[in-house]
Amino acid sequence: MVVAVVGCGAVGSLFAANLATLEDVEVWAYDLSAEHVEAINRDGLRLTGAGEVVGRVSATTDAGGLPPCDFGIVATKAMHTEAAIAATAHAFAAGCVATVQNGIGNEEVLARHVERVIRGTTFPAGKITAPGVVQWDVKGDTTLGPFEERPAPFAEVERLADACTRAGMPTKAVRDARGPQWRKVIFNAATNPLGALTGLTHGRVCERPDLRALASRLVDEGKAVAAAQGIELDADPEELIDYAARKEVAYDHRASMLQDVEARRQTEVDFLNGGIAEFGRRLGVPTPTHETIHALVKGVEASW
Amino acid sequence: MTRVCVAGAGVIGSLFAAHLARVAEVSALTRRAEHAQALREHGLTVSGRADFTARLQASTDPAELPEPELVIVACKGTDLDAVAARLEGWWPAATFMTVQNGIGAGEVVARHGGWPLLAAVTFMSGTRHDDTHVQYVLDTATWIGPARGTGYEDARRAAELIASSGLKAEAFEDLRPAQWSKLIFNATVNTVAALTGLPHDPHFAALERPDDLGHLVKALMDEGKAVAAAAGVELGEDPWEMNVLATKRGSAHFPSMLEDVEAHRRTEIDLITGALVREAHRLGVPVPLHETMERLVKAKEESWS
Repeated sequence: MVVAVVGCGAVGSLFAANLATLEDVEVWAYDLSAEHVEAINRDGLRLTGAGEVVGRVSATTDAGGLPPCDFGIVATKAMHTEAAIAATAHAFAAGCVATVQNGIGNEEVLARHVERVIRGTTFPAGKITAPGVVQWDVKGDTTLGPFEERPAPFAEVERLADACTRAGMPTKAVRDARGPQWRKVIFNAATNPLGALTGLTHGRVCERPDLRALASRLVDEGKAVAAAQGIELDADPEELIDYAARKEVAYDHRASMLQDVEARRQTEVDFLNGGIAEFGRRLGVPTPTHETIHALVKGVEASW
Repeated sequence: MTRVCVAGAGVIGSLFAAHLARVAEVSALTRRAEHAQALREHGLTVSGRADFTARLQASTDPAELPEPELVIVACKGTDLDAVAARLEGWWPAATFMTVQNGIGAGEVVARHGGWPLLAAVTFMSGTRHDDTHVQYVLDTATWIGPARGTGYEDARRAAELIASSGLKAEAFEDLRPAQWSKLIFNATVNTVAALTGLPHDPHFAALERPDDLGHLVKALMDEGKAVAAAAGVELGEDPWEMNVLATKRGSAHFPSMLEDVEAHRRTEIDLITGALVREAHRLGVPVPLHETMERLVKAKEESWS
């Protein structure tokens, strides 16, 4: 089968390199970084850290160069989804497209451009250390399921999950993938912006009882929005927050949104707190704290 | 000539001291000895809306200053307790006027002596260039009202003296409507600016998209208004209208809390948002958004400590 990873940053690279180790999968990568693409084509896509892998991946900065694919895996930052899928949709005319991005609302964007969409949530993480080289920091599971409004056939979801699992990226195909997604979104929306707005690491955010209680307010509002859609979370975000605050887990972790703010890059807040607030408005569930946090982070972005 | 001591010669204190030195015998009580020395040697220069250099006495020690009739306590709220403590036992006949942001400054001063007190809120602003040079930016008024042991007549005399020095001042029978309007305005504008890094600009009045900042500003002000109503205070100016007007002025103002955050200094969060939240709790009015802002600003202070 032919798979194209759209947006070959850290997470996209983990999928691309691992899938490329399979005999029966041909992997393409579409990315805007010419340096990264050249290095991948020259030396292969190399993973270090949690796994040592070199994948033979055909990379391109030109979406027109993608062949017809069975699957797309979209892994761009959430604000780039629209541009990325608009450019690559032709390659998936007969295929299915999965998102493994942060936040909510990505599936809806994909569905405007392609017929068969897979809702996905992934926990592995890493960072690009040099063109063509990605440090794999955290292993973790991925969950895939048909996107309700424009579903991919479940057999196809299973086929992609099976390939990912065989490639060393444990992936489950489920009928309703909303639970893991909302669990991750609520966790991220309750912690990421608190780090971004205060400059504190995850552990220090959790050590302040007043901020930890603020995170709980965000979790509660998020849970109410999930519940209003009939979504059953697969785990309690509160437990994840406390687990991540442990010294040996992610105490010193500077949230990706904090890193974005420090580098003056646009954040994913529209798809985290903004996404929860937007669903809340549609469903008539009040989310004043998410609205506050969303407006503040947008204000930070506007200050540059 | 009236004798006035200005305690705390930051922007606001310097503007008072320099202007008043033209109509009164002015001394400045400073925290740093070099600051006092520089003021004694070079005087205090005002630029911007005025252009002059005033001569004045200055010291870090009240013992070296002449006994004043009026003390303008103009230090930052974060230094207020220390400044009032330094004046404990001094100048029992003097009237003390507090001009700090927020509410509760008079109560802090009252813990250190039985002086008659006036309450003031000031809307003027400036930029400090160095120890002896302050730029006068916004020539808006200072409002003065009676507090402990004073009456309207005392407020009127202080306002008259300040107005005669070239600054704008007005006396009120009851300052609370103005104080609360400014408290709600400040608790909102200062914290939003401190957390976003935005100066007080048109973003604060934008209401077009659901995530525009104006919605948050409005929601924070509505919470504040509910607290004022529960406290039985009828607001003077509407804080939202103050906000819209201020953002239309063209040149964006940098609220002091934003400057504090950028300089990694402690902010006045306790006297501003903290005071509002404490009042709200006392009165049983829910203020979840102000609580959120207070926690975020305090946590931000922790990030550089």
